[in-house]
Amino acid sequence: MGCAMSETVSPTPIRQDSLRTEEMLINMGPQHPSTHGVLRLVVRTDGEMVREAWPHLGYLHRCFEKVAESVTYAQVVPYTDRLDYLASMNNAQAFCLGVEKLGRIEVPERASALRVMVAELNRIASHLVAFGSFAMDLGAVTPFLYAFRERELIISILEKISGGRLLYHYPRIGGVARDLTPGLDQEIRDFLKQMRRVWPEYNALLSENQIFVKRTANVGTVTREQAIAWGLTGPCLRGSGVKFDLRKAQPYSGYEKYDFEIPVGEGAKGTVGDCWDRYWVRMVEMMESCRIIEQALDGLPEGPIQSKVAKVLRLPLGEVYVPCENPRGELGFFIVSDGKTQALRIKARGPSFNNLSITHTVCQDVLIADVVAILGSIDIVLGEVDR
Amino acid sequence: MQDAIQQIHSGVFGLLWPEMLRLPTWLVLTAGFVVGGALVLVWMALMALAWTYGERRIAGFIQVRYGPNRVGPLGLLQPVADGIKCFSKEDTVPTVAYKFMYTLAPLLVFLGAMLPFAALPFSQRLVLADMPLGLYYVLAFEAIEVIGILMAGWAPGSKWSLYGGMRLAAQLLSYEIPMGLCALVIILLSGSLNLGEIVTWQSQNAWGLEHPWVLGWAIFRSPVTFIAFVIFFVAGLAASKRAPFDLPEAESELVAGYHTEYSGLRFSFFFMAEYTAMYVVCALSAVLFLGGWYGPVPMPDVAPDSSLAARWVELVGLQGLQGDLSMMQKIVCAGRTLCEALFQGEGLRILASEAIGLFNLLLKAFGLYFVMIWVRWTLPRVRIDQVMYLCLKVLLPFSLVCLIWALIQVALF
Amino acid sequence: MKIDEIHARLLKQFGDCAIAPLAVPEAGDPYITISPEAFHAVCRWLRDESEMAFDYLRLISGVDWTDRFGSVYHLYSYTRGHSVTLHVDLPREAPRVASVADVWPTADWHEREAYDLVGIVYEGHPELARILLPDDWEGHPLRKDYRMPEEYHGVCNV
Repeated sequence: MGCAMSETVSPTPIRQDSLRTEEMLINMGPQHPSTHGVLRLVVRTDGEMVREAWPHLGYLHRCFEKVAESVTYAQVVPYTDRLDYLASMNNAQAFCLGVEKLGRIEVPERASALRVMVAELNRIASHLVAFGSFAMDLGAVTPFLYAFRERELIISILEKISGGRLLYHYPRIGGVARDLTPGLDQEIRDFLKQMRRVWPEYNALLSENQIFVKRTANVGTVTREQAIAWGLTGPCLRGSGVKFDLRKAQPYSGYEKYDFEIPVGEGAKGTVGDCWDRYWVRMVEMMESCRIIEQALDGLPEGPIQSKVAKVLRLPLGEVYVPCENPRGELGFFIVSDGKTQALRIKARGPSFNNLSITHTVCQDVLIADVVAILGSIDIVLGEVDR
Repeated sequence: MQDAIQQIHSGVFGLLWPEMLRLPTWLVLTAGFVVGGALVLVWMALMALAWTYGERRIAGFIQVRYGPNRVGPLGLLQPVADGIKCFSKEDTVPTVAYKFMYTLAPLLVFLGAMLPFAALPFSQRLVLADMPLGLYYVLAFEAIEVIGILMAGWAPGSKWSLYGGMRLAAQLLSYEIPMGLCALVIILLSGSLNLGEIVTWQSQNAWGLEHPWVLGWAIFRSPVTFIAFVIFFVAGLAASKRAPFDLPEAESELVAGYHTEYSGLRFSFFFMAEYTAMYVVCALSAVLFLGGWYGPVPMPDVAPDSSLAARWVELVGLQGLQGDLSMMQKIVCAGRTLCEALFQGEGLRILASEAIGLFNLLLKAFGLYFVMIWVRWTLPRVRIDQVMYLCLKVLLPFSLVCLIWALIQVALF
Repeated sequence: MKIDEIHARLLKQFGDCAIAPLAVPEAGDPYITISPEAFHAVCRWLRDESEMAFDYLRLISGVDWTDRFGSVYHLYSYTRGHSVTLHVDLPREAPRVASVADVWPTADWHEREAYDLVGIVYEGHPELARILLPDDWEGHPLRKDYRMPEEYHGVCNV
C-alpha cells in the first residue's frame, strides 16, 4: 500500500453488547423501505422499545472529494448535482458561489435571479418528496402520489429550462447555462396557482389528521440547545425554534431583495422541536418559496446570463467557504486553491450528514414506529451524507 | 340446509332411485354439505379475487392514477395474472424455519377466515348451516386466525416476522372484546344468537310500524345501536388487520411483518385470508346492524316456512311415478320438476325473494367493504401503543356503556 | 466582530506561541492558525466567552497540504452573527490533535470522517472509527500519496 501510516489506531468494531435474553439487535437496512436510501441502522430493542440506534454510513460513498481534486472547477459542477440529488440546483449554486467568490467573478443580475428561481422551485420539489415519503412511512400512501403529481409539474418546468429532470447542470460558474424559453413564464405561474390550490388539501389530508398528529407530535423532540450543538441546520434547526435561515442571515444571489418569512417550530401540536414541527416548517416553506418565485419572475432583470469566464479556470491561492440554504439545511463547499486549474481540496458539507448525527441521541427509549417517524422528519438524502 | 338435504334425499332421490334410501343419514348429509361447502368456497375465492382487483382499482382512483387496466378488458383479468404469478413462484423455506409450523400457519389463517362462512347467511334461506348459535360460531372461529398468525410470526425464525406476530396477537385478541360486546348488544335486543332470527327481528315492529323497512335496521332503533355499530366496525377493521391498524404487515417498518418470509402460494393464502376476513366482518356488520338481507329493496311476501326443497318434493310426488323408468327418464323427470319448482308460482316468489335478499346483503356488505378500502388509502397507520390505547381505553368503555343501556332497555321495555 | 478583532482577542488571551499571525491569502477568507497544543483550550474559550459565543461548528475538514496535514474548522455564532476559520497544522508523520467533540458534539462525526479519509487522529474522541469507508479498509484516500488498492475482497480494481 502506498500510504504511510506510522500509527495504527485499531478501528472500533460495530458495537456488540452482550445480548440479554430479552433484547434484540436488529438491522434496519441498507435496503429498507423507510430509511430513505442506503442507510443502515443497527437498533438495540427491548421488545417494542428501542434502547439505542446507531447509524452506519458509507453505502453511497462515491468519492466526490477525491474526484474533485483531479478535474477542473467547471468539471466539478455536474458532480455537485449528485450530492443531494433531490435539490441539485441548490448544490451547484453553492459550489459556483464558492468558486466565484474565490475567483472574484461577477455574476450578472439576471443569472442570479434565475438561480434563485430554480433553487426555490427545487426547494418545493424536494419538500414535496419529503412530505410524500414521510406520509408513506407512516402508512398514508395517498399523499405521496398527490405530492408527486405537483412535483411532476416542477420537474417538467425544470426540464424545459435545463434539459434534465432530476440532475440539471444548470448553474454554471459565472451564471447559468440557458435562459428561459418563451411560454415558460406562464407555465411557472400556472404551477404556482396549482400549488396554492392544493396546499390546503394537503393540510386537510395530513397535517390536521389526528392519527398523523399522534404519530408525530411529542416524538423525536430535539431541543434548541441540542440542535445547535449537533450542528443541525435547515428545517431541523428551525423546527427546534431557532429562527435562522442563511438566505436572511448571510444572503447570496440577491436574496436580500425578496420578501419572505422564516417559519419556526412553535410546538403547535406538542413540544417545540418534535417531528410535527419539522414537518410543518417544510410545509410552510413551500408556500414561502412560491412567494419568492413569484417575486423573482415579476422582477426578472434583463441582461446576460453568463459572465465571461476563462475556459479552463485558474483560481488564485486561497480558500473559501460559502454556505447556502439547501432544502435540507446548510450546504457549503470548502474550496482550497493552490493556484492551479484543479483544487487542492474540496470538502462538501452536506446538511444531512449533521442532521443524521442526531439520530443516536434522539432514538433512545422510543418505539420502532417512532424511529421511522424520526428518520422521515429529519429528511435525509444519502447522497450528501456519504458523498 | 340440513332439512333441505334430507327432504331432497328422501323425497326426490328416494322416489326416483329407491336404493338410495338405504344410504345412512350421515353419508347423505355429508355429501350434501360437501356440495354446499364447495359452492361457498368457490364464492369465497371468486369474491376475494375480485376484490383484490377492486381494491387496486379504487386505490388508483383515490390516488389520481389508473389502477390495473392492462390485463384483460379494464384490467379485469388482473387477479388471474396475480394468481398465476403467485403459484409459479419458488417455494422458499428459510433454513432456520420450523418446517411444520411454517407449513401449518398459512393454512390455519385461511381456515380461520373460511370457517365462519358456514354460518354466514347470504339470504333468508341461503345459509349453509343455520345454527342456533350462529353468531357465537362466527366470532369464535374467526379467532383461529390468531393462532395461525402467531405461528407465522415464530416459524420462519426471522426477527421481523416475530415482531409482526407479537404485535398482531395483542391487537387481534384485544379488539375481539369490543366486537363481542357490541354483538352482545344486538343479541340482547333481538333475543337470539341465530343470525337469521336477528335479521327477522330487524324486519319487524320498529317505530310503531309492523313493516318498518329501513327504519327497522338495528342502527336506527336506538342511538346505542348506532354507536355499537361504529365500534363494531372499527374493531372489525382492527381484527382484520386493515389500515389504519395494519401494523402487523406495516410495509415501511417491518418489510412485511409476519409474512416477510412467505412467498408464492403460501403468501397467497395469507392474502386471500385477509380479504375473506374483511368480507366476514362486513357481512357480519351488515347482518347484525344493517338489516342483513332486509331492505332497501323490498322482498316479495313469502311464508317463512315454505321452501324450495319442499316444493320440489311435492312436485315429484305429484308425478305419480309407476313402474320402471330408464335412467334418462329419471334424470329428465328430476330436472323438469326442479325447474317447475323454481320458476312457477310459489317457487318463483321464493326465488325472487332470495335473489333480492342476496342483492340487499351484498349491497351492504360490499358497501362496507368499499368503506374499508377507502379508509385504508386515506389514513396513516396507528402506532401499536396507540392501537392498544384505543381499544382498551376508548372502545371498551364505550361498548360497556352500550351494553348496560341495552340491558336497561331490555329490562324495562 | 471582524476576524482581525477576533484574532487580536485570541492573541491577548493565549499569546503568540499558540496563535499565529492572521493569514490573509490572495483570495478568499482569512484564517487563524492555532498550535495543536493550545487548540482545545482555544476552542473551549471561543465557545464559552460571551463576546465570542461560537456555538455552531459548521464543519471540520481534514486537508493534506502536501508538506503537512491540516484540520480546518469553520465556526459561527448564532447569537453574535460572526464567523471564523481556524487552521491547525499537523506534521505528516504523526498528525494528532485534541478532539473537540466535548466542546461541540457535532465534531464527533466530522472528526471521524477526517480520520477516515485523511488519517488525522483526534485524541480524546469518544469512538474514533471509520465512518464512510468499510471498517477494514486500508489507507486514507484523501492523502496525496494514496494509491488505490488492486482489489478489495475479491473485487478487482480495473
